Amino acid sequence: MGIFDVFKKKSSAGVAKDRLKLLLVSDRSDCSPETMENLKNDIIKVIAKYMEIDTKNLDIQITQTESDNGKGYVPALVASIPIKEMKHGK
Amino acid sequence: MCEVIVVTSGKGGVGKTTTAANLGVGFAKLNKKVLMIDTDIGLRNLDVVMGLENRIVYNLVDLIEGNCRANAAIIKDKKYSNLFLLPSAQTRDKTSVTPDQMKKLVDDLRPDYDYIILDCPAGIETGFKNAIAGADRALVVTNPELSAIRDADRIIGLLEADSMGKIDLIVNKIRMDMVKKGDMMSVEDVVEVLSVNLIGAVPDDENIVIATNNGAPLAGSDTLSGRAYMNICHRIMGEEVPFLDLSESNGLFGKIGKLFKKN
Repeated sequence: MGIFDVFKKKSSAGVAKDRLKLLLVSDRSDCSPETMENLKNDIIKVIAKYMEIDTKNLDIQITQTESDNGKGYVPALVASIPIKEMKHGK
Repeated sequence: MCEVIVVTSGKGGVGKTTTAANLGVGFAKLNKKVLMIDTDIGLRNLDVVMGLENRIVYNLVDLIEGNCRANAAIIKDKKYSNLFLLPSAQTRDKTSVTPDQMKKLVDDLRPDYDYIILDCPAGIETGFKNAIAGADRALVVTNPELSAIRDADRIIGLLEADSMGKIDLIVNKIRMDMVKKGDMMSVEDVVEVLSVNLIGAVPDDENIVIATNNGAPLAGSDTLSGRAYMNICHRIMGEEVPFLDLSESNGLFGKIGKLFKKN
């Protein structure tokens, strides 16, 4: 990033395009809020078997990531799960 | 052989009816026999855009219910003898017709025309399902703005699920002055996001408002939008036509700029 880029405001068209891309990913994934909630709860259940996690600050969403071949974007499930404590092996 | 084209969008106000009317006139100018069907039951508009609102006697629902014959419901354009309109019913609602009835109607009319253009209502409910039922291909109209593009994406999904033969995109109401300033998504941006074939880009042109005021669509006239619509007709017919530079003579400043360029 150049020094002058700090002063350059992102164009509103660019903002719109970015918002749109994210919007369409979630629209297309056809994931209802209930499905996401169920998914979240299941993930918590599985992880809780191995470590203690901060369920309040847990964030799971469908977003997009650049595909491996560098051509376009693919949907990705991104989860941010803060760990409180590792459960030590018995 | 007749090709049946549905003009759809999801969102209202993006220019479906204007597009349908201009394609009708464009094909008529290319000596094709064309029927335009307004499938927006309850909110008929294509008749006014065509300037034919005073000639309507019977309508789409009358014809489907067997209250009249096809040649009584279908009216001839005032300017082109090879252009026809089947108006929608104003005092009925969208549930008066089923997709099967629409498909049968369109199939019955196919032998008489080169192109049948279906003007689809906004939304994704009954009216949309009726309009797409008899179509061979779809033209999805959108504007370079979030809500219109989001709806277009949804419509494209529904058309694909309904195994529509061919789906093409028209980006309408482009303002090149805003695109250049970075304040409007470009046609390329819209196509990239929707990843669907682009068949036309039409500028936001005041001539379209004037043409609608006069009830005479401008396809084929010497205006930027008139040329853009004509190019879409050629592309639908399978011809390769380069895309127009929409930044030319756009608005007053563009025109002044052009004058200086000439000198």
